[in-house]
Amino acid sequence: MIALLVRDLRLAVRAGGGFGLGLAFFLIVVVLVPFGVGPESGLLSKIAPGVLWIGALLACLLSLDRIFALDWEDGSLDLLATAPVPLEGIVSMKALAHWLTTGLPLVLAAPALGVLLSLPQQGYVWLVASLAMGTPALSVIGTFGAALTVGIKRGGLLLSLLVLPLYVPTLIFGAEVARRGAEGFEVMTPLLMLGGITFGTLALLPFASAAVLRINLR
Amino acid sequence: MDLIVSDLTVARGGVPVLEGVSFVLTSGAALVLRGPNGAGKTTLLRTVAGLQPPMVGTVSGAEDRIAYAAHADGIKQVLTVAENLSLWADVFGQSDVEPALAAFNLGDLRDRAAGSLSAGQKRRLGLARLMVTGRPVWVLDEPTVSLDVASVALFADAVRAHLAAGGSALMATHIDLGLEAEVLDVTPHKAVLSTAIEDFDEAFL
Repeated sequence: MIALLVRDLRLAVRAGGGFGLGLAFFLIVVVLVPFGVGPESGLLSKIAPGVLWIGALLACLLSLDRIFALDWEDGSLDLLATAPVPLEGIVSMKALAHWLTTGLPLVLAAPALGVLLSLPQQGYVWLVASLAMGTPALSVIGTFGAALTVGIKRGGLLLSLLVLPLYVPTLIFGAEVARRGAEGFEVMTPLLMLGGITFGTLALLPFASAAVLRINLR
Repeated sequence: MDLIVSDLTVARGGVPVLEGVSFVLTSGAALVLRGPNGAGKTTLLRTVAGLQPPMVGTVSGAEDRIAYAAHADGIKQVLTVAENLSLWADVFGQSDVEPALAAFNLGDLRDRAAGSLSAGQKRRLGLARLMVTGRPVWVLDEPTVSLDVASVALFADAVRAHLAAGGSALMATHIDLGLEAEVLDVTPHKAVLSTAIEDFDEAFL
């Protein structure tokens, strides 16, 4: 399974792997916001947590259809399904590789982009904490969506429609942690809820993803 | 342990394509499937490989013993030949890729990106993968497509060595590889459509 993770990471950073695409998209979305709503720093600092969370969520969405589509096209997915590694393990590794190449860079870049939106000083810790806690759920849920749409030609749009509603709870609690943190309120309750969502999806969704992959591979 | 297929009915998209297929593949033996295009050879092979469940009948002795080679070779274009092979070796818990590189004459290409290989070279890489799986039963779907005469001979030698080492091979091919193999013509097993309707929903699941 480690070999699969290493392969996916290697594929992501080689030419055409799409590494950095999500990050660049995140950067552009966040930079566009002040152009849209005006440069007034009071307003920007108020909406910064929400904007950063939505930006991270959309950036995550952008690379989801690559999770299984490439392996499906070149036949690797059939071969992996006959390998001695359980399919649940394969989808978990795929989700982990997606998080490492998309989610983790977003978490690390978010504070720099917080400066652009004049996020209040006490908000940075909670912004990073909420993204670090929430983005694994985005990757795992996205892997489930990618497994559902594997084999569908140009399934990217369908994938977005399926996955975005599933992202709502993560977004609500994640953005709530970041907002409360920025305003100096107590963050424990939404943070625990966010953690619950993340660990729940981590525990359950790989089984669902493997089940739909088995059906899609028939 | 033999691969035993008994009274198998296989379906594609919920519609049965072959029915009543039975055979036994003992170790050291090869079985060649023949039949016209669209007869259901690929569907039969995918069922034996465990990628889809049989509609009726059983496949026994296949669990964790099959190395499957489909039409697509599962090659990552941006990885080198050696990287592609060692990935599969790692996945199947093997370590040595050198015999496979040598058997398919890929030694000179080992550091080339797989995307820059010709169709025949890619096929050779796809077949070399079988050797690094360490699995005893090779299930091959049209293995000789886009191979030249010399490469077909390499492939036949590899299969012969595999059989001599106690492995077995089930393949759909139209080319005579010069192997001592039984031939199973699937044409008489073509399914009649009457059983298709009762499980119509299957096509949508």
